[in-house]
Amino acid sequence: MNREIILMIIGMAAVTYIPRMLPFVMFKGKELPAFWQGVLKNVPYATLGALIFPAILFIQEDIWYGIIGAAAAFIAAFLGANVIVVVIGSIAVLSAYSVFF
Amino acid sequence: MGNWMVTTMGELALEKTSASEFKKGVQSGISIGIGYFPVALTFGLLAKTTGLTLGETVMMSLLVFAGASQYIALSLLVQGIGMFEIILTTFIVNIRHFLMSASLNEKSEDEPVGNKMLYSFGITDETFSVAATREGSVTTGYMLGLSLVAYSSWVVNSGVGFIVGAGLPQSLQESMSVALYAMFIGLLVPSIKGSMKVLYLAAIAAAFSSIFTLADLMSTGWAIVAATLLSAVLVEAVETLKRQGRLSRVE
Repeated sequence: MNREIILMIIGMAAVTYIPRMLPFVMFKGKELPAFWQGVLKNVPYATLGALIFPAILFIQEDIWYGIIGAAAAFIAAFLGANVIVVVIGSIAVLSAYSVFF
Repeated sequence: MGNWMVTTMGELALEKTSASEFKKGVQSGISIGIGYFPVALTFGLLAKTTGLTLGETVMMSLLVFAGASQYIALSLLVQGIGMFEIILTTFIVNIRHFLMSASLNEKSEDEPVGNKMLYSFGITDETFSVAATREGSVTTGYMLGLSLVAYSSWVVNSGVGFIVGAGLPQSLQESMSVALYAMFIGLLVPSIKGSMKVLYLAAIAAAFSSIFTLADLMSTGWAIVAATLLSAVLVEAVETLKRQGRLSRVE
Protein backbone atom coordinates (compact mmCIF):
# COMPACT_ATOMS: atom_id res chain seq x y z
CA MET A 1 0.00 0.00 0.00
CA ASN A 2 1.12 3.51 -0.85
CA ARG A 3 2.17 5.51 2.22
CA GLU A 4 0.74 8.78 0.99
CA ILE A 5 -2.65 7.21 0.24
CA ILE A 6 -2.73 5.67 3.73
CA LEU A 7 -2.01 9.06 5.31
CA MET A 8 -4.70 10.64 3.16
CA ILE A 9 -7.24 8.02 4.26
CA ILE A 10 -6.35 8.57 7.93
CA GLY A 11 -6.72 12.33 7.46
CA MET A 12 -10.09 11.85 5.74
CA ALA A 13 -11.19 9.55 8.58
CA ALA A 14 -10.26 12.13 11.24
CA VAL A 15 -12.02 15.10 9.60
CA THR A 16 -15.10 12.93 9.01
CA TYR A 17 -15.31 11.48 12.52
CA ILE A 18 -14.80 14.75 14.44
CA PRO A 19 -17.95 16.55 13.20
CA ARG A 20 -19.95 13.37 13.84
CA MET A 21 -18.71 13.03 17.40
CA LEU A 22 -18.33 16.60 18.64
CA PRO A 23 -22.00 17.55 19.30
CA PHE A 24 -22.39 14.58 21.66
CA VAL A 25 -19.42 15.83 23.69
CA MET A 26 -20.21 19.55 23.43
CA PHE A 27 -23.87 19.41 24.36
CA LYS A 28 -25.52 17.38 27.08
CA GLY A 29 -28.83 17.70 25.26
CA LYS A 30 -31.87 19.79 26.29
CA GLU A 31 -29.75 22.69 27.60
CA LEU A 32 -30.10 24.85 24.50
CA PRO A 33 -32.73 27.63 24.41
CA ALA A 34 -36.19 26.32 23.46
CA PHE A 35 -36.04 27.96 20.02
CA TRP A 36 -32.85 26.12 19.05
CA GLN A 37 -34.13 22.85 20.48
CA GLY A 38 -37.09 23.34 18.17
CA VAL A 39 -34.78 24.00 15.22
CA LEU A 40 -32.80 20.83 15.91
CA LYS A 41 -36.05 18.84 16.07
CA ASN A 42 -36.92 20.23 12.64
CA VAL A 43 -33.56 19.24 11.15
CA PRO A 44 -34.41 15.60 10.25
CA TYR A 45 -37.37 16.49 8.04
CA ALA A 46 -35.58 19.43 6.43
CA THR A 47 -32.51 17.22 5.79
CA LEU A 48 -34.69 14.63 4.06
CA GLY A 49 -36.12 17.27 1.75
CA ALA A 50 -32.65 18.62 0.94
CA LEU A 51 -31.21 15.14 0.38
CA ILE A 52 -34.02 14.05 -1.96
CA PHE A 53 -34.14 17.17 -4.16
CA PRO A 54 -32.57 17.90 -6.54
CA ALA A 55 -30.32 14.78 -6.30
CA ILE A 56 -33.01 12.23 -7.19
CA LEU A 57 -33.52 13.87 -10.58
CA PHE A 58 -29.94 13.13 -11.56
CA ILE A 59 -29.49 9.47 -10.56
CA GLN A 60 -29.36 8.62 -14.27
CA GLU A 61 -28.93 10.74 -17.38
CA ASP A 62 -32.61 10.20 -18.21
CA ILE A 63 -34.39 12.60 -15.83
CA TRP A 64 -37.61 10.53 -16.03
CA TYR A 65 -35.80 7.76 -14.24
CA GLY A 66 -35.64 9.79 -11.03
CA ILE A 67 -39.14 11.20 -11.45
CA ILE A 68 -40.72 7.77 -11.95
CA GLY A 69 -38.68 6.28 -9.10
CA ALA A 70 -39.73 9.10 -6.79
CA ALA A 71 -43.38 8.79 -7.79
CA ALA A 72 -43.36 5.03 -7.22
CA ALA A 73 -41.75 5.45 -3.80
CA PHE A 74 -44.16 8.24 -2.87
CA ILE A 75 -47.26 6.23 -3.82
CA ALA A 76 -46.05 3.10 -2.01
CA ALA A 77 -45.18 5.10 1.12
CA PHE A 78 -48.45 7.04 0.98
CA LEU A 79 -50.40 3.77 0.88
CA GLY A 80 -48.63 2.84 4.11
CA ALA A 81 -45.99 0.41 2.83
CA ASN A 82 -43.01 -0.44 5.02
CA VAL A 83 -39.73 1.29 4.08
CA ILE A 84 -38.20 -1.90 2.69
CA VAL A 85 -41.27 -2.47 0.51
CA VAL A 86 -40.98 1.14 -0.71
CA VAL A 87 -37.32 0.58 -1.65
CA ILE A 88 -37.85 -2.76 -3.40
CA GLY A 89 -41.05 -1.52 -5.06
CA SER A 90 -39.38 1.46 -6.67
CA ILE A 91 -36.42 -0.67 -7.82
CA ALA A 92 -38.94 -3.05 -9.42
CA VAL A 93 -40.85 -0.23 -11.14
CA LEU A 94 -37.61 1.19 -12.56
CA SER A 95 -36.44 -2.25 -13.70
CA ALA A 96 -39.71 -2.56 -15.62
CA TYR A 97 -39.25 0.95 -17.01
CA SER A 98 -35.73 0.21 -18.27
CA VAL A 99 -36.96 -2.96 -19.99
CA PHE A 100 -39.44 -0.91 -22.04
CA PHE A 101 -37.36 2.21 -22.71
CA MET B 1 -28.59 -12.89 48.82
CA GLY B 2 -31.78 -10.91 48.21
CA ASN B 3 -29.75 -7.99 46.97
CA TRP B 4 -27.74 -10.21 44.71
CA MET B 5 -30.93 -11.58 43.16
CA VAL B 6 -32.26 -8.10 42.58
CA THR B 7 -29.09 -6.90 40.87
CA THR B 8 -28.83 -9.98 38.69
CA MET B 9 -32.43 -9.70 37.60
CA GLY B 10 -31.99 -6.01 37.02
CA GLU B 11 -28.97 -6.65 34.86
CA LEU B 12 -30.79 -9.37 32.98
CA ALA B 13 -33.69 -7.05 32.30
CA LEU B 14 -31.27 -4.37 31.14
CA GLU B 15 -29.44 -6.79 28.88
CA LYS B 16 -32.69 -7.95 27.43
CA THR B 17 -33.85 -4.46 26.54
CA SER B 18 -30.53 -3.46 25.00
CA ALA B 19 -30.50 -6.74 23.07
CA SER B 20 -33.98 -6.07 21.72
CA GLU B 21 -32.99 -2.50 20.94
CA PHE B 22 -30.02 -3.87 18.99
CA LYS B 23 -32.37 -6.17 17.11
CA LYS B 24 -34.70 -3.30 16.26
CA GLY B 25 -31.69 -1.37 15.01
CA VAL B 26 -30.64 -4.26 12.78
CA GLN B 27 -34.17 -4.50 11.35
CA SER B 28 -34.28 -0.78 10.59
CA GLY B 29 -30.84 -1.04 9.03
CA ILE B 30 -31.81 -3.55 6.36
CA SER B 31 -33.15 -1.01 3.87
CA ILE B 32 -29.92 0.98 4.27
CA GLY B 33 -27.93 -2.21 3.67
CA ILE B 34 -29.84 -2.76 0.41
CA GLY B 35 -29.43 0.88 -0.56
CA TYR B 36 -25.68 0.88 0.03
CA PHE B 37 -25.18 -2.24 -2.06
CA PRO B 38 -25.02 -0.60 -5.51
CA VAL B 39 -23.34 2.55 -4.22
CA ALA B 40 -20.54 0.63 -2.50
CA LEU B 41 -20.18 -1.75 -5.42
CA THR B 42 -19.67 1.17 -7.77
CA PHE B 43 -17.25 2.78 -5.32
CA GLY B 44 -15.12 -0.39 -5.29
CA LEU B 45 -15.12 -0.53 -9.06
CA LEU B 46 -14.16 3.14 -9.41
CA ALA B 47 -11.43 2.80 -6.79
CA LYS B 48 -9.92 0.02 -8.86
CA THR B 49 -9.98 2.09 -12.04
CA THR B 50 -8.46 5.00 -10.07
CA GLY B 51 -5.50 2.77 -9.23
CA LEU B 52 -6.08 2.10 -5.54
CA THR B 53 -5.25 -1.35 -4.21
CA LEU B 54 -7.93 -3.62 -2.70
CA GLY B 55 -6.45 -2.93 0.75
CA GLU B 56 -6.63 0.84 0.30
CA THR B 57 -10.18 0.64 -1.04
CA VAL B 58 -11.47 -1.41 1.88
CA MET B 59 -9.47 0.68 4.35
CA MET B 60 -11.09 3.87 3.09
CA SER B 61 -14.58 2.40 3.50
CA LEU B 62 -13.65 0.99 6.93
CA LEU B 63 -12.24 4.23 8.34
CA VAL B 64 -14.12 7.01 6.53
CA PHE B 65 -17.58 5.44 6.02
CA ALA B 66 -18.99 8.42 4.11
CA GLY B 67 -20.01 7.66 0.55
CA ALA B 68 -20.14 11.04 -1.16
CA SER B 69 -16.75 12.16 0.14
CA GLN B 70 -15.14 8.86 -0.84
CA TYR B 71 -16.38 9.28 -4.41
CA ILE B 72 -15.10 12.85 -4.46
CA ALA B 73 -11.70 11.75 -3.14
CA LEU B 74 -11.40 9.30 -6.04
CA SER B 75 -12.20 11.93 -8.62
CA LEU B 76 -9.70 14.35 -7.04
CA LEU B 77 -7.02 11.63 -6.99
CA VAL B 78 -7.57 11.05 -10.71
CA GLN B 79 -7.10 14.78 -11.34
CA GLY B 80 -3.80 14.60 -9.46
CA ILE B 81 -4.98 16.90 -6.67
CA GLY B 82 -2.87 16.96 -3.51
CA MET B 83 -3.53 15.10 -0.29
CA PHE B 84 -4.18 18.21 1.80
CA GLU B 85 -6.84 19.51 -0.57
CA ILE B 86 -8.54 16.12 -0.64
CA ILE B 87 -8.68 16.05 3.17
CA LEU B 88 -10.01 19.61 3.29
CA THR B 89 -12.69 18.79 0.71
CA THR B 90 -13.66 15.73 2.72
CA PHE B 91 -14.07 17.94 5.78
CA ILE B 92 -16.29 20.40 3.90
CA VAL B 93 -18.42 17.65 2.38
CA ASN B 94 -18.89 15.90 5.72
CA ILE B 95 -19.44 18.85 8.03
CA ARG B 96 -23.20 18.39 7.57
CA HIS B 97 -22.91 15.45 9.99
CA PHE B 98 -22.29 17.99 12.75
CA LEU B 99 -25.83 19.27 12.31
CA MET B 100 -27.22 15.74 12.25
CA SER B 101 -25.36 14.71 15.41
CA ALA B 102 -26.50 17.86 17.20
CA SER B 103 -30.08 17.02 16.23
CA LEU B 104 -29.80 13.35 17.20
CA ASN B 105 -28.19 14.32 20.51
CA GLU B 106 -31.48 15.99 21.48
CA LYS B 107 -33.36 12.70 21.24
CA SER B 108 -30.64 10.36 22.47
CA GLU B 109 -31.19 8.43 25.68
CA ASP B 110 -29.20 9.64 28.70
CA GLU B 111 -26.22 7.31 28.40
CA PRO B 112 -22.43 7.62 29.04
CA VAL B 113 -20.73 9.99 26.64
CA GLY B 114 -18.33 7.18 25.69
CA ASN B 115 -21.26 5.23 24.20
CA LYS B 116 -22.28 8.23 22.16
CA MET B 117 -18.72 8.77 20.95
CA LEU B 118 -18.71 5.16 19.78
CA TYR B 119 -22.01 5.19 17.94
CA SER B 120 -21.44 8.65 16.48
CA PHE B 121 -18.95 6.99 14.10
CA GLY B 122 -21.91 5.33 12.39
CA ILE B 123 -23.85 8.52 11.61
CA THR B 124 -24.44 8.94 7.89
CA ASP B 125 -27.23 10.68 5.97
CA GLU B 126 -29.05 7.36 5.95
CA THR B 127 -28.57 6.08 9.51
CA PHE B 128 -29.36 9.57 10.78
CA SER B 129 -32.58 9.76 8.75
CA VAL B 130 -33.75 6.39 10.03
CA ALA B 131 -32.81 7.05 13.67
CA ALA B 132 -34.15 10.61 13.74
CA THR B 133 -37.58 9.66 12.38
CA ARG B 134 -37.88 6.80 14.88
CA GLU B 135 -40.59 6.97 17.56
CA GLY B 136 -39.21 7.72 21.01
CA SER B 137 -35.58 8.03 22.04
CA VAL B 138 -32.41 6.66 20.51
CA THR B 139 -30.29 4.17 22.49
CA THR B 140 -26.78 2.76 22.12
CA GLY B 141 -28.13 -0.71 21.30
CA TYR B 142 -30.38 0.66 18.57
CA MET B 143 -27.66 2.81 17.03
CA LEU B 144 -25.11 -0.02 17.05
CA GLY B 145 -27.54 -2.44 15.38
CA LEU B 146 -28.55 0.13 12.79
CA SER B 147 -24.99 1.22 11.96
CA LEU B 148 -23.62 -2.30 11.95
CA VAL B 149 -25.88 -3.37 9.07
CA ALA B 150 -25.17 -0.19 7.12
CA TYR B 151 -21.42 -0.36 7.84
CA SER B 152 -21.06 -4.05 6.95
CA SER B 153 -22.88 -3.54 3.68
CA TRP B 154 -20.71 -0.52 2.88
CA VAL B 155 -17.36 -2.15 3.67
CA VAL B 156 -18.05 -5.62 2.26
CA ASN B 157 -19.61 -4.34 -0.95
CA SER B 158 -16.74 -1.89 -1.51
CA GLY B 159 -14.42 -4.90 -1.54
CA VAL B 160 -16.82 -6.96 -3.67
CA GLY B 161 -17.09 -4.11 -6.16
CA PHE B 162 -13.31 -3.94 -6.44
CA ILE B 163 -13.00 -7.69 -7.04
CA VAL B 164 -16.07 -8.46 -9.11
CA GLY B 165 -16.38 -5.12 -10.85
CA ALA B 166 -19.48 -4.52 -12.90
CA GLY B 167 -20.72 -8.04 -12.30
CA LEU B 168 -24.32 -6.97 -11.92
CA PRO B 169 -26.40 -6.47 -15.06
CA GLN B 170 -26.29 -2.81 -16.08
CA SER B 171 -30.08 -2.41 -15.94
CA LEU B 172 -30.25 -3.70 -12.36
CA GLN B 173 -27.40 -1.41 -11.29
CA GLU B 174 -29.25 1.51 -12.82
CA SER B 175 -32.55 0.75 -11.17
CA MET B 176 -30.87 0.18 -7.82
CA SER B 177 -29.44 3.69 -7.90
CA VAL B 178 -32.87 4.89 -6.75
CA ALA B 179 -32.75 2.78 -3.56
CA LEU B 180 -31.44 5.36 -1.08
CA TYR B 181 -33.77 8.08 -2.36
CA ALA B 182 -36.72 5.71 -2.22
CA MET B 183 -35.74 5.03 1.39
CA PHE B 184 -35.66 8.76 2.19
CA ILE B 185 -39.14 9.12 0.67
CA GLY B 186 -40.33 6.08 2.60
CA LEU B 187 -39.13 7.71 5.84
CA LEU B 188 -40.55 11.14 5.06
CA VAL B 189 -44.04 10.41 3.74
CA PRO B 190 -45.55 8.84 6.90
CA SER B 191 -44.51 11.93 8.88
CA ILE B 192 -45.92 14.27 6.22
CA LYS B 193 -49.28 12.53 6.49
CA GLY B 194 -49.40 13.36 10.18
CA SER B 195 -48.16 16.94 10.10
CA MET B 196 -48.30 19.95 7.80
CA LYS B 197 -45.20 21.26 9.55
CA VAL B 198 -43.15 18.32 8.28
CA LEU B 199 -44.40 18.99 4.75
CA TYR B 200 -43.29 22.63 4.98
CA LEU B 201 -39.91 21.66 6.43
CA ALA B 202 -39.16 19.18 3.66
CA ALA B 203 -40.58 21.28 0.81
CA ILE B 204 -38.76 24.48 1.80
CA ALA B 205 -35.45 22.63 2.28
CA ALA B 206 -35.92 20.85 -1.06
CA ALA B 207 -36.56 24.19 -2.77
CA PHE B 208 -33.48 25.86 -1.26
CA SER B 209 -31.28 22.86 -1.96
CA SER B 210 -32.45 22.80 -5.60
CA ILE B 211 -31.79 26.53 -6.01
CA PHE B 212 -28.34 26.37 -4.41
CA THR B 213 -27.27 23.33 -6.42
CA LEU B 214 -28.80 24.18 -9.80
CA ALA B 215 -27.63 27.80 -9.70
CA ASP B 216 -24.18 26.44 -8.81
CA LEU B 217 -24.03 28.70 -5.77
CA MET B 218 -22.28 26.11 -3.58
CA SER B 219 -21.13 22.51 -3.46
CA THR B 220 -23.65 19.75 -2.66
CA GLY B 221 -22.39 19.38 0.92
CA TRP B 222 -22.87 23.05 1.75
CA ALA B 223 -26.16 23.19 -0.15
CA ILE B 224 -27.58 20.49 2.14
CA VAL B 225 -26.34 22.23 5.29
CA ALA B 226 -27.59 25.67 4.24
CA ALA B 227 -30.95 24.45 2.95
CA THR B 228 -31.57 22.37 6.07
CA LEU B 229 -30.70 25.19 8.48
CA LEU B 230 -32.67 27.84 6.58
CA SER B 231 -35.78 25.68 6.43
CA ALA B 232 -35.54 24.51 10.07
CA VAL B 233 -35.02 28.08 11.36
CA LEU B 234 -37.70 29.65 9.13
CA VAL B 235 -40.39 27.15 10.08
CA GLU B 236 -39.50 27.41 13.77
CA ALA B 237 -39.56 31.22 13.62
CA VAL B 238 -42.97 31.28 11.96
CA GLU B 239 -44.29 28.82 14.52
CA THR B 240 -42.91 30.86 17.42
CA LEU B 241 -44.45 34.05 16.02
CA LYS B 242 -47.81 32.33 15.57
CA ARG B 243 -47.71 31.05 19.13
CA GLN B 244 -46.90 34.51 20.48
CA GLY B 245 -49.70 35.98 18.37
CA ARG B 246 -52.14 33.52 19.86
CA LEU B 247 -50.92 34.30 23.40
CA SER B 248 -51.26 38.07 22.97
CA ARG B 249 -54.75 37.65 21.55
CA VAL B 250 -55.72 35.70 24.65
CA GLU B 251 -54.42 38.54 26.82
